[in-house]
Amino acid sequence: MQWETVIGLEVHVQLATQSKIFSGASTAYGAEPNTQACAVDLGLPGVLPVLNENAVAMAVRFGLAIDAEIPEISVFDRKNYFYPDLPKGYQTSQMGQPIVGAGEVEITLEDSSTHTVRIHHAHLEEDAGKSVHENFHSQTGIDLNRAGTPLLEIVSEPDMRSPKEASAYVRALHTLVTYLGISDGNMNEGSMRCDVNVSVRPKGQESFGTRAEVKNVNSFRFIERAIEVEVERQIDLLEDGGTVVQETRLFDPDRDETRSMRTKEEANDYRYFPCPDLLPLMLDQAYVDHQRTLLPELPAEKRQRFIDVLGLSSYDAAVLTATRAMAEYFEQVHTRCSDAKLAANWVQGELSGRLNKENLDITQSPVSAEQLGDLLLRLKDDTINGKAAKQVFAELWSRTFETADEVIEAKGLKQVTDTAAIEAVVDQVIADNPIQVTQYKDAEPDKRGKMIGFFVGQAMKASKGTANPQQVNQLLKQKLDALL
Amino acid sequence: MHDLTLAKIAQGLAKGEFSSRELTQHFLERIEKYDSRFNSFITVTGERALTRADAADTQRAAGQAGILSGVPLAYKDIFCTEDIRTSCGSKMLDNFKAPYNATVVEKLELAGTVNLGKTNMDEFAMGSSNETSFYGPVRNPWNTDLVPGGSSGGSAAAVAAGLAPAALGTDTGGSIRQPAAFCGITGLKPTYGRVSRYGMIAYASSLDQGGPMARSAEDCALLLNAMAGHDPRDSTSVSRAVPDYTQSLDAPLKGLKIGLPREYFGDGLDAGVERAVREAIKVYESLGASVIDVSLPHTQHAVPAYYVIAPAEASSNLSRYDGVRFGHRCDDPQDLMDLYKRSRNEAFGEEVKRRILIGTHTLSEGFFDAYYKKAQQVRRLIRQDFLDAFEKVDVLMGPAAPTTAFTLGNTVDPVQMYLQDIYTIAINLAGIPGISVPAGFHEGSPVGLQILGPHFGEAHLLNVAHQYQQATDWHIRQPDLP
Repeated sequence: MQWETVIGLEVHVQLATQSKIFSGASTAYGAEPNTQACAVDLGLPGVLPVLNENAVAMAVRFGLAIDAEIPEISVFDRKNYFYPDLPKGYQTSQMGQPIVGAGEVEITLEDSSTHTVRIHHAHLEEDAGKSVHENFHSQTGIDLNRAGTPLLEIVSEPDMRSPKEASAYVRALHTLVTYLGISDGNMNEGSMRCDVNVSVRPKGQESFGTRAEVKNVNSFRFIERAIEVEVERQIDLLEDGGTVVQETRLFDPDRDETRSMRTKEEANDYRYFPCPDLLPLMLDQAYVDHQRTLLPELPAEKRQRFIDVLGLSSYDAAVLTATRAMAEYFEQVHTRCSDAKLAANWVQGELSGRLNKENLDITQSPVSAEQLGDLLLRLKDDTINGKAAKQVFAELWSRTFETADEVIEAKGLKQVTDTAAIEAVVDQVIADNPIQVTQYKDAEPDKRGKMIGFFVGQAMKASKGTANPQQVNQLLKQKLDALL
Repeated sequence: MHDLTLAKIAQGLAKGEFSSRELTQHFLERIEKYDSRFNSFITVTGERALTRADAADTQRAAGQAGILSGVPLAYKDIFCTEDIRTSCGSKMLDNFKAPYNATVVEKLELAGTVNLGKTNMDEFAMGSSNETSFYGPVRNPWNTDLVPGGSSGGSAAAVAAGLAPAALGTDTGGSIRQPAAFCGITGLKPTYGRVSRYGMIAYASSLDQGGPMARSAEDCALLLNAMAGHDPRDSTSVSRAVPDYTQSLDAPLKGLKIGLPREYFGDGLDAGVERAVREAIKVYESLGASVIDVSLPHTQHAVPAYYVIAPAEASSNLSRYDGVRFGHRCDDPQDLMDLYKRSRNEAFGEEVKRRILIGTHTLSEGFFDAYYKKAQQVRRLIRQDFLDAFEKVDVLMGPAAPTTAFTLGNTVDPVQMYLQDIYTIAINLAGIPGISVPAGFHEGSPVGLQILGPHFGEAHLLNVAHQYQQATDWHIRQPDLP
């Protein structure tokens, strides 16, 4: 039987606020355990939550970026359950009336085809703390630094049909939230965490199969793999005459499998009800309009502008807008050198190659966008040739010089465009290679074009690479053809 | 000095008739001498109080004293006090010291008041008789066989017995007004949102409100001046200017329209209580007020709606007491579930457990709509009843409780106990202010007249209460203590 996979995702995005969603404690990552948990985060008796306005603004901006409705009223609810890393015994979340309504996210697959994933809603909630098992001798430690960190949970419709679509969707969200500056998007530090709802159904069937929710899927690679193994499990089960049980499963990347955490029957009754400590959140049109003015250029808009205004190919535009950092770097290079294609080639070629090789992110590049832009300007105004440019780039990369001009000066890379000087070099090369000159003369006219490369190489070598290659080429052709 | 009102104490301090140290010493001695009878304090902070009193005296000598400088007070043990135990009347918090002051405590301390200690209360403010306290019941100073009312029974008894000139209470369904009535003192529940709830341990967050309990309406006005106002740490506190509540106390009542809700004078109202309340209303008529019969048609649904909403919120608010971070923890837990179960089972009393169970049930899947949602609808109707009534009258008057103080240890049926709050609960559901003022005695026990006003009408309520107290002397009577 032919099976179709149906996938929906719940993505928790950690918002990049300075302080927590309901307290003034810092949200910085990696502090000593429990040093960033105040009385509110600890759930001490008598303390009360106060909503962080920045978290609200960030959620609203996300909603506007996905063309969602921003309801005038949204409500915080309490989700009640006991867990040691949940200090109050409830999580403050939004259940019935979320801050962001239905919207859409466009995803692009590897074959450049695009699909729309509908967003059911997105809501604000607080993160829990962490249980720590190491170094506690069979006991459990609790670190509440993360408790109260603002999360935006983005819930999609079940619109994805393959693991690739699912990971493309998460990539699209990642791009969007980093563009918006509402999250650092750092997957390793848990800034984006996904729960995946997976079901399968016979191809052509309209109704959905029973789904399993796979938790703890926290990298692009794991998203695809977790879905693959879960789909395989469900199909095997169904083909053996079994049934899929609605349950929560955990992906174990080490054992490459998903396993049951709890079934529907074991599921908590969360006893949601409106949090009486927080008033309903009222957002008027003026507020929403103001947030709209704060939106940066979004990835799709930027991509289109790169194509329409800068004349880049759609492929180049897609690569250069993949992250906000990449796009910003490219745009700075472009501003400095005023040649979009040249900038695009270098950012995707020389720069990305070196970054990949050394496993660096573009934000960690030893060569700044300003340095690269100035270098390309020298290439463009013929101060240096392409070969020298690569040499300058290497010097800048190793940080032995501050600017391209310093490298050019110090290393004598300035291109020679003085005709007399080049003529002298060319004459010398012809004089030094009589055999090759004879061969050139004897060759069929259509072969001569290729043979001239030898003389160009010799001339460039003699000039230590500084001669203008076009001029060398032109002069050689003139002089050799005169000998015929 | 213990028979003086707060206003008189403030005057005495200002005139140098006595120092704050003398005053504080006097009250501490009375607590020492009498409180074993009443059990109105859980914690007495004598040394701290004297230090604070000396500081207030120094401040006064320097000419920097405010009106409340050096005035001794007691706090219901639900208000968090930095480094002083805040037990909430529960074994659960017997070992709990908050690292912060409640906002109202902070404000009063800033005004220079002296904290005598923390008063007894029903466990987590759940009760109407002060019998659910882990620290034992409080006894009524007028007759120690009787309860003082609850849940702010310790505060009411302490003020009535002259162990403190005034105290703070909290009121979720009548917990200031009913004990004030039972003990013959004046107690004000402000409008929901008027006084910050920060640092006030939550029972039912949408109903809880702190307020003053004192010897007179004027005393309540003085305290409310210091307590009221918006608090950025409490999102439900209202950003609205705070008037000087003492300014309007003397306004004449001529033309005042008093509504008598007929539902507050029906079956279940003790004849002696009714007689005293009607006498009080006659006093108002003599002061130029007119009386109109009004109806609050949804009154009968108030108690059931309250006992859905309050326990629902409580079941969630009390989830943090899990033995993990603070409070009581059982010995040698076997695993996580054992830690939760035994810690909570050992440290919560019967009534608290009952309300957690009720609340957990009413919020459960399949019951939520029938209980919680319905109760919220009822709540809106009750609120509307009051809004409609205040279209016709300025204030509403009636009894604060259906009976006078009852015998300690006598009530076994919880529902019978819940009906104690039949005249007070709707006020919390509606969020309006209410005050209970002493209006005479029935068989030796004080009767409380309850006066209700529209949202943020505290100034007028206090004015109406004060004018009555200018015409009567019930409020200054005190039980004879040998």
